[in-house]
Amino acid sequence: MEKGRTRVDLFEYQARDLFAKHGVPVLAGEVIDTPDAARAATERLGGKSVVKAQVKVGGRGKAGGVKLAATPDEAVARATDILGMDIKGHTVHKVMIAETAPEIAEEYYVSYLLDRTNRTFLAMASVAGGMDIEQVAAETPEKLAKVPVDANEGVTIEKAREIVAQAKFPAEVAEQVAEVMVTLWKTFVAEDALLVEVNPLAKVADGRVIALDGKVSLDANAEFRQPEHEALEDKAAANPLEAAAKAKGLNYVKLDGQVGIIGNGAGLVMSTLDVVAYAGENHGGVKPANFLDIGGGASAEVMANGLEIILGDPDVKSVFVNVFGGITACDAVANGIVQALELLKSKGEEVTKPLVVRLDGNNAELGRKILNDADHPLVQQVDTMDGAAERAAELAAK
Amino acid sequence: MAIFLTKDSKVIVQGMTGSEGQKHTRRMLASGTNIVGGVNPRKAGTTVDFDGTEVPVFGSVKDAMEKTGADVTVIFVPEKFTKDAVVEAIEAEIELAVVITEGVAVHDTAQFWALAQAKGNKTRIIGPNCPGLISPGQSNAGIIPADITKSGRIGLVSKSGTLTYQMMYELRDLGFSSCVGIGGDPIIGTTHIDALKAFEADPDTDLIVMIGEIGGDAEEKAAEFIAKHVTKPVVGYVAGFTAPEGKTMGHAGAIVSGSSGTAQAKKEALEAAGVKVGKTPSETARLARAALTA
Repeated sequence: MEKGRTRVDLFEYQARDLFAKHGVPVLAGEVIDTPDAARAATERLGGKSVVKAQVKVGGRGKAGGVKLAATPDEAVARATDILGMDIKGHTVHKVMIAETAPEIAEEYYVSYLLDRTNRTFLAMASVAGGMDIEQVAAETPEKLAKVPVDANEGVTIEKAREIVAQAKFPAEVAEQVAEVMVTLWKTFVAEDALLVEVNPLAKVADGRVIALDGKVSLDANAEFRQPEHEALEDKAAANPLEAAAKAKGLNYVKLDGQVGIIGNGAGLVMSTLDVVAYAGENHGGVKPANFLDIGGGASAEVMANGLEIILGDPDVKSVFVNVFGGITACDAVANGIVQALELLKSKGEEVTKPLVVRLDGNNAELGRKILNDADHPLVQQVDTMDGAAERAAELAAK
Repeated sequence: MAIFLTKDSKVIVQGMTGSEGQKHTRRMLASGTNIVGGVNPRKAGTTVDFDGTEVPVFGSVKDAMEKTGADVTVIFVPEKFTKDAVVEAIEAEIELAVVITEGVAVHDTAQFWALAQAKGNKTRIIGPNCPGLISPGQSNAGIIPADITKSGRIGLVSKSGTLTYQMMYELRDLGFSSCVGIGGDPIIGTTHIDALKAFEADPDTDLIVMIGEIGGDAEEKAAEFIAKHVTKPVVGYVAGFTAPEGKTMGHAGAIVSGSSGTAQAKKEALEAAGVKVGKTPSETARLARAALTA
């Protein structure tokens, strides 16, 4: 398990597969990434289908990302249109070829999610589905039932009926929706999800209740017992630097500025981003280029890996290494920096960008001395976080 | 005095025989913590030598409590087994369980937290994914370095480990009554509010420093609490002003989603409650210094 990857948002087709696995009623469907594959997939569905863009953003229907196909040839044509389409900055790489839904009579909304404020799980349900649920919550909150769920008691059929009753579902679908609430809860728990959402949950002409679209977010911290989840991550979409960092087990997020940041501890690194951004206001608006937390250990190898990623970012003009020696002593960190620079040099990746280093805390003076003695031409030391941020911003603005 | 942890605290370590547990048990002992035992069912009856101090290993938390009168447990067990360890501590009704382990699945935390509540909150939980807490000069339960600062009259509560250390360092000449790292996970046991309440009641705390970060609404809730219930001066800091929406910044909980969870919103809420909020850690330290010596 790597730190920092905490939430994995799934595509619709992946959510559909998980729903199906745990008994939530869904329509048949399969994912494809070439137009030609739409033909066979549509034939398997009896000759007609819905072609649905797979993007992790709402509003794809309005953007033209969902089309009906009356024949296999038409499915190929629609898949050709949709694959490669840009929907709100998301390129469509995959489409789902789905069974066409029977005529929809009503659209509902159901979900389970983590309620941070109350430190529990929450069931949400509404008969006003099919639209943006945040809009429902804001405009007609009385139409959105919110029912806390005890993590140890879970959702039994009795609890599900209570949720359905609070949301005032019509009598003729109440029991079916309650059953969906039970199977959806199974999905939520069995998959270690942070969110499972069905929108719309549709009542169709023949009276069945079916999940037509859904969202699932998984907890990456649970991967120790969810070995199948890693395959669900969208590796193609990751920024190449983020992907490279992840491969090395680094907690890195690419941002859009010019000052590369390395620090120890998530809070301190976040704080460093802020301090650099403030300093940048006096230096042509330069900003942090990334978030990188090397954690408590900060060995030479981790430092070298981190520096390598940051120096490989063409946007980076200067680097700020901000370390507070807590458990880790600053002399170890300083040795790590020196060794990292040597390691990079031996790999033929000579450092050409200035490094501003601030060491404070445990054995700071010893650490500073080590860097002074090493006397690397591109390494400069500043004793305070604010001063070092100022210097790094100034260097990036040059 | 101090909050949650004092010189009289009797501390056991779950996971003491593991590598992290051993390393930090040694450090805690060196900083004066009264460590009375470790827990490992497979090694019950043995002892572990820490530079001449023999610490007995017990088969269960309950057994350790009965034999030693332990009232605090520090949990270092790996994330796979963390829930079971915390559940055991709750079932044994120990007063304080400090959960250091990071990477605990949210469903596991939700389950042990629900259990603690169902049991009437007899066990205070700090964490998970936190550095623990220290009452300098008295006791240290977790991984906070004991040599940064001394005993004093500032109370510190923080979501972030290294920012805790940074703030302790900036104000090291003044010293602290207690420093509590509550962790930045989506569900945590002890909140800012719990610590604020305890510091308000602690006669040895004159000033409270509160460090928050993006994500959730704990800081906003704390601001409401401060406005109503805290008479002591509070100085605040929130990390993540420049964090973009939708990117998780290291801690599982540190994410700005939509309009909620931004540092700016938290700062405004705290300021509206009369809290002086620094833009940077060093400015926050200056504000704290001024407030304490005013």
